[in-house]
Amino acid sequence: MRSFGRRVLGALVAPVLVAGVLATAGCANKDERTLTVFAAASLTESFGALGTAFQASHPGVKVKFNFGSSATLAQQIAQGAPADVFAAASPATMAQSKAPKSRVFARNRLEIAVPKGNPGHVAGLKDLANPSLKVALCAPQVPCGAAAVKALAAGGVTVKPVTLEQDVKATLTKVRLGEVDAALVYRTDVKAAAGAVEGIEFPEAGKAINDYPIATVPKTRQYALSREFIDLVLSDEGRRVLSGAGFTPV
Amino acid sequence: MAAVLSARLVVERDGFLLDVSIEAAAGEVVALLGPNGAGKTTALRALAGLVRLSRGEIVLDGEAIHEHPAERRSVGMVFQDYLLFPHLSALDNVAFGPRCQGTPKARARDQARDWLERVGLGAHLHARPRELSGGQAQRVALARALAVRPRLLLLDEPLAALDAHTRLEVRAGLRRHLEDFGGATVLVTHDPLDAMVLADRLVVVENGAIVQQGSPAEVARQPRTDYVARLVGLNLYRGVAAGHRVTIAGALTLSAAEELSGPVFVAFPPSAVALFRTRPDGTPRNTWAATIAGVERHGDQFRVSLDGPLSVSADVTAAAVADLGLLPAQEVWVAVKATETHAYPA
Amino acid sequence: MRGRTPWGLAVPAVAGMAFLVLPLAGLLVRAPWPTLLVRLAEPRVVEALRLSLLTATAATALCLVLGVPLAWLLARAAFPGRGLVRALVTVPLVLPPVVGGVALLLVFGRNGLAGRWFAGVFSLPFTTAGVVVAEAFVAMPFLVISVEGTLRAADLRYEEAAATLGASRWTVFRRVTLPLVAPGVTAGAVLCWARALGEFGATITFAGNFPGTTQTMPLAVYLALENDPDAAIVLSLVLLAVCVAVLAALRDRWIRA
Repeated sequence: MRSFGRRVLGALVAPVLVAGVLATAGCANKDERTLTVFAAASLTESFGALGTAFQASHPGVKVKFNFGSSATLAQQIAQGAPADVFAAASPATMAQSKAPKSRVFARNRLEIAVPKGNPGHVAGLKDLANPSLKVALCAPQVPCGAAAVKALAAGGVTVKPVTLEQDVKATLTKVRLGEVDAALVYRTDVKAAAGAVEGIEFPEAGKAINDYPIATVPKTRQYALSREFIDLVLSDEGRRVLSGAGFTPV
Repeated sequence: MAAVLSARLVVERDGFLLDVSIEAAAGEVVALLGPNGAGKTTALRALAGLVRLSRGEIVLDGEAIHEHPAERRSVGMVFQDYLLFPHLSALDNVAFGPRCQGTPKARARDQARDWLERVGLGAHLHARPRELSGGQAQRVALARALAVRPRLLLLDEPLAALDAHTRLEVRAGLRRHLEDFGGATVLVTHDPLDAMVLADRLVVVENGAIVQQGSPAEVARQPRTDYVARLVGLNLYRGVAAGHRVTIAGALTLSAAEELSGPVFVAFPPSAVALFRTRPDGTPRNTWAATIAGVERHGDQFRVSLDGPLSVSADVTAAAVADLGLLPAQEVWVAVKATETHAYPA
Repeated sequence: MRGRTPWGLAVPAVAGMAFLVLPLAGLLVRAPWPTLLVRLAEPRVVEALRLSLLTATAATALCLVLGVPLAWLLARAAFPGRGLVRALVTVPLVLPPVVGGVALLLVFGRNGLAGRWFAGVFSLPFTTAGVVVAEAFVAMPFLVISVEGTLRAADLRYEEAAATLGASRWTVFRRVTLPLVAPGVTAGAVLCWARALGEFGATITFAGNFPGTTQTMPLAVYLALENDPDAAIVLSLVLLAVCVAVLAALRDRWIRA
């Protein structure tokens, strides 16, 4: 009899534990509303500032950000991740997220980033072809890398990079640490690095502009709030923040 | 014979003090005998270099080796559990020592083959230790220790792990090999039969000190401690002699065959003790009243342990037990013939 | 009682098995079977696989050469600060791999503490050697901890016996200790190899990502995920198949003492 009781107890323990874990995962404070924004890594600083402004003007609302590689975020959204707003670094990645309607809100252009002091003496795009220089690029599968491919082709420059990083922030880190002599990153990234790296503009960048679209995620539960956030991004305040970061607002 | 081994071993550890002096001549087998915890294995390990001496020295063939690590001493050791390397065959186990000494692999294996054939295991050269029986493993362990041609051979309870039947055969074989061995041998045992058969000299160790030494026959005939007495199966008492009378513990006076004075030991075998229902009136001078404490089988006889002025063991036949109805708590009279006692100076 | 598993154990055990096996089943179900063979022949698949196997094996070799003596030191030698050293050895286990990669850059990078001295001669970042170093860094604790445990459990008496037979300390280690702990070393090396094979964060941060030089399978999978999830699944299946084949080929008795 005793062992029977133990077996029943044992059979009950596991499901109870699992149910408990699931229950706590779903808990949320019903009074507070949360807006979840998935955005490309290059929007970290600007959207961060806009999020704070949004929270100030919407008491009781919390804005949660998920910054990262646009492609990864797009896939997560396509698989049902709980996002309300998605801002991507390219129309291609926006399409991956299967959001039906989107609108371009900013443009970004590439810049050559070099470590402080420009140890490789880089002046323009052609210098990147110098075999004695270590150059980092974004991987062509990510928006920043696709733009780099276009820009290099436009300039007729062949570069053998030492690494193809998985997102633009990682590429910038290599420059910051002085591990590479140059990299192609966004202008906004150079600005955000605030003096840790130097930026060199180059004319061919105009041939590879990245359009940044923004959209409400189809399955969102905060439709009204998402629209309000997008309105903020498109507003004068939003445009000011974006151009301050180095974007070209649309 | 000049001593090959001359050692004074002092080891202090965890509140236990071992202080013994051991000497052994070339070709001599010295057995360290004693109860568990007496320090015999510690002494052996100190000779091997596995235990550091707190004080003292070890001189082997004129060379002081107590500062040398184990691997530099010309010592071969057979362990109680044999400790044959499980990942090597018997042949490679025995070849291990010579190879460490620099002998090339092929020659070392030839030497190992010779040794294994000498101990009768020529057919088991490539067996792994786990495939060997206890007796076979013991012989491989012996061959392994002898293969390094040590000047001192140490054996730690060499037959303890064997069953009674195997022990008989292996003991005989071991005796032959020890006779052939030219160096000194020190072996540790708690089995008196091992000591009697294998040793030229017995050293009895109790509580870290030597309490008796001598040839096996001497020690058996004249035990000086309870432990040895029990081991050789004698009743032993300490007393004070005055002529033929020995007073034991101020309680009882025995008549002894010898004439001595001063502190003495008195010993007699259990077979010399006779039991009576009533007080005997005859030639035995040594009689007293006692109470039966226990009756146990002892071979095909019975051993009766008695309480009284002296604690005595008596051997009686089964028939006697039945006839006298000997049961615990019963009162009987004990008689011991003086001619069967043996008194000797303490 | 043999063979009767109590309910309290059976239910969570089955749940645990499902937890681990279902994602793998998901991969198999969602794999692009029609195009599988074509994709497998793609050069980048072969390249990434070759690089992964090469670097993981080299990293394991490096871990063995450095880790076994370290494990011996931790298990047998009593020195002041031993507890601290043991704690430090396990740091790569708890450090996020990317942080590990950054730390490696700060030491072995071009401007790193040690790297600046040999920057002119050779570079570790962006090279295959750098991949080996990054993988060895994250995988070594597995080996050290496994081997240390085995050494502690090993019977010291065999080593005493060897000493009485005249074996020097090095000979004892080589001919007695090592063979006796070989199963534990093998088990540790297997864990080490598997961990090195799957390493991503430290590799991409320290060695970078370039096909043929530093793009191991995990990196290839991550990048393929950006715009070609089917390719990512194929790469994952290849890695999975190789791992299962290697681990299944390891005989039980080589790993268990």
